Amino acid sequence: MPISEDVVVVGGGIAGSVAALSAAETGASVRLVTHKKSTLRHASGLVDVLGYTSDGDGPLVDPFEGLGDLPEGHPYRVVGEEAIREGLATFDEVVGDEYLGGHTDANALVPTHGGAVKPTARYPRAAAAGIASDDRDMLLVGFESMTDFEASLAAAHLDAAGVPFEASGVTVAFPRNFRADAKVTRFAKALDTDEDVGGRGTREALAATVEPHLDGAERVGFPSLLGDDRRHEVRADLEAYLDAEVFEVPMGPPSLPGLRLEDLLFAALDAAGVRISSGNKAVGYETDDGEVSAVVVDRKGREIPYHASAVVLATGGLVGKGIASSREGVREPLFDCYVPHPDDRYDWFVDDAFGDHPFTSFGVVPDDRLRPTRADGHAEFENLFAAGGVVGGANVAAEKSASGVSLATGVVAGREAGESA
Amino acid sequence: MSDAQSPADFDFEPVDEYEPVEVFDDGMDLRPGADNCYKCTACDTSCPVAEVDDEFPGPKFQGPEQWRLKRKEDVEIDDSIMSCSNCMRCDNACPSSVPLSQMHNEARGEYVENQMDHRSREYIRNRILSNYRTLAELGSKVPRLTNFVMGNSLVQKINEKTLGITSEREFPEFASQTFREWWAERGGAQIESDEKRIAYFHGCYSNYNTPEVGKALVRVFEEFGYEVAVPRQRCSGTPMFANGMLDDAERAAKVNVPEFKDLIDEGYDVIASCTSCSMSLKQEYPELFQISGIDEVSNHTYEALEYLRIYEDVEGALEGRTVDYPDLAYHAPCHARNQGLDRQAVELFREVDGFEIEDVGSSCSGISGTYGWKSEKYEKSMKIGEDMFDHMRHAKGTVGMTECPTCSMQMAHGSGYEIRHPLQLLEEAVV
Ligand SMILES: Cc1cc2nc3c(=O)[nH]c(=O)nc-3n(C[C@H](O)[C@H](O)[C@H](O)COP(=O)(O)OP(=O)(O)OC[C@H]3O[C@@H](n4cnc5c(N)ncnc54)[C@H](O)[C@@H]3O)c2cc1C
Ligand code: SF4
Ligand code: SF4
Repeated sequence: MPISEDVVVVGGGIAGSVAALSAAETGASVRLVTHKKSTLRHASGLVDVLGYTSDGDGPLVDPFEGLGDLPEGHPYRVVGEEAIREGLATFDEVVGDEYLGGHTDANALVPTHGGAVKPTARYPRAAAAGIASDDRDMLLVGFESMTDFEASLAAAHLDAAGVPFEASGVTVAFPRNFRADAKVTRFAKALDTDEDVGGRGTREALAATVEPHLDGAERVGFPSLLGDDRRHEVRADLEAYLDAEVFEVPMGPPSLPGLRLEDLLFAALDAAGVRISSGNKAVGYETDDGEVSAVVVDRKGREIPYHASAVVLATGGLVGKGIASSREGVREPLFDCYVPHPDDRYDWFVDDAFGDHPFTSFGVVPDDRLRPTRADGHAEFENLFAAGGVVGGANVAAEKSASGVSLATGVVAGREAGESA
Repeated sequence: MSDAQSPADFDFEPVDEYEPVEVFDDGMDLRPGADNCYKCTACDTSCPVAEVDDEFPGPKFQGPEQWRLKRKEDVEIDDSIMSCSNCMRCDNACPSSVPLSQMHNEARGEYVENQMDHRSREYIRNRILSNYRTLAELGSKVPRLTNFVMGNSLVQKINEKTLGITSEREFPEFASQTFREWWAERGGAQIESDEKRIAYFHGCYSNYNTPEVGKALVRVFEEFGYEVAVPRQRCSGTPMFANGMLDDAERAAKVNVPEFKDLIDEGYDVIASCTSCSMSLKQEYPELFQISGIDEVSNHTYEALEYLRIYEDVEGALEGRTVDYPDLAYHAPCHARNQGLDRQAVELFREVDGFEIEDVGSSCSGISGTYGWKSEKYEKSMKIGEDMFDHMRHAKGTVGMTECPTCSMQMAHGSGYEIRHPLQLLEEAVV
């Protein structure tokens, strides 16, 4: 059995990464198998724990105070507050000083690209100077070619939300002439390498474009594209030129902060000795006496068993492809675990687009050790554990709890798998 | 008792009926793939060319968007398709499994066929570059003379002027004895086995330029008890795909497929030492051509280290070993990444004592086969590679390692390091 580990984790998003780290901590040998890039590429890079109650009350000042109101069967109720704290502790260790927010239990309020204020537990250092509880005046800067960030609109929304500072917005031309639909990576690269524009670097040229609009603002927000590898240097340079604090506003997909977080997680996996196989899809499994004995991975046409004593399923929710839906029903496609859902497709949704859609909480039903259960409540397999978006019972988008659920369930599922292996 | 199973009682085919529409001449229908695109732009953020090239609209445009445009009206293929380097990173990024690189290959083929002037300097240059084997075959007949001539800066300037091949690069040296000559001289396989058999796809580069890689492969597999066959073969087609020369590629595939298919029938698996060759046989062949036996060849093709790790206990063989070797700066080629092989060398060798191996990061090396040889692309190619060079400079080792011959040219060019192949290290360790 050449490819064989104590624990195989399927899925390379936040949940899978944290599960793999947590399993490795038990001393188990761990392999993480993941198909595509995770939803981190689209995610804002913010790490939410709980921003609103199930009834939509909020924003919550302290996410932990909202736990009691969550419905039974919610993953947080299954794993408990301690697991959330452990998940956050693991996260803090992985990201080091790249993220802030760990000094307090309270949610931070971070302005989003639409000008909303979002309650979140951890935020990138690059976003720190933008925090909404700070009362210094703020200038938001958008670029002509980037239609997904309307700076003056976002500023107006912030003002309307009652923030304790003046926000204004301006749209400028990026000093380098990119094509109309240039990728965020192109902007980031130009700033990272400080490409030459008319005899000076991109960073200085950008600052010069923004400077006339400052009007006394002590902090300046740009969409999240201020460099990649050299992001701290880029921001520091802009700050020096502008004599104001500079921050990034978390953006919708595609998201550089998400990409950077992915890099941090994978570096931590490397350091922990976790083996990573990415690019190929898990398509099936082998069993031995009621236990999963191997996950079968499709390597461009050849199906190769990856043997393991325990397996963590962290394939994500509907977006990450961990849960599949069609007109016939909803299912977990890898192990065919039970996913409860109304028979009638029309009961999966409610009319209000932002209403409480049942489909948002579709997922496997965990037992108290996070093993997916069958309809009769028994574990599907003795040694299969689940973490993250694939676990049902939470409306993560409405509650603003997605990454928190992934962290908490990841820590527990990984540990259970590691200890049972 | 162990029984393989995968849930099958659910029918998840897309239910929407559609009329198959033919876009590309050969009747390939990519509609379902194009429809899967939900414009998340994950592909665009993975594209190394879009990151440095202000003119390049990115993979989403080249793939599903161009496809839709073409379907609606009779528009021509946008010439930016020639700036895609075929690194296939976008394939790996797409959460919806849109067959981006297949769409790009098809579109590029159509562009070159119908829209490019076949007497233009660019066409002729691309044809020469993509048919490297023809050049190499001539060159290797008189290796020392060729090395001397090609290394000559005057010749390079002429190449630059007349052909648009950059004079910045060092031409790869031809070996004084090709791998096939060596193989014939030693009398072919030294091990016989009915159970363990591999057919080696050496490709052009390890035959003409780095036969030491081919020799390492033979010695390592023989050490593990394999009977090695080296059938007649032509280029895998990778450089031809990237230049839209699909006819040339198909001609080569029509030699390779039956040769290897015959051996598969005799119990051989196909092993390549270059990750672009294995990528081509595994994925691009069945996507682009219809040749009898092509699926079997695809399903039986592996990269060398990949194969050993699946079927042999390589880790066991290396456990506790101390190998006297220089410290290594390892770069995973894009085409290894797309096969899920980007971690294998570091994972395998980091447990071996005597040297350090360090991954120099996830960026593309920038050369992408023939791309970085073109005068107009040279600077972009170096800009893409800058990340890798930077990481190499900061790595402990001053010897590089990679599975891809052109990545190794780029690594050497940008860092001055000598570059080796993982098989050479494995040979050192186990033979
Ligand atoms: C647009 C968007 C914005 C978001 N914004 C926020 C935010 O602001 N704050 C926040 O806290 N969270 C946010 N999230 C949620 C968060 O990023 C994660 O999606 C969530 O935590 C779930 O993580 P996961 O690890 O369970 O799954 P995913 O991140 O979905 O990862 C699943 C992984 O499993 C892999 N996989 C699936 N099937 C297989 C298979 N068969 N074989 C191998 N691999 C497989 C996938 O390729 C993928 O890499 C956002 C998500 C999205 C999509
Ligand atoms: S193959 Fe590479 S260069 Fe071409 S579009 Fe895709 S990512 Fe970009
Ligand atoms: S990654 Fe796939 S789904 Fe997303 S934009 Fe590109 S092709 Fe479309």
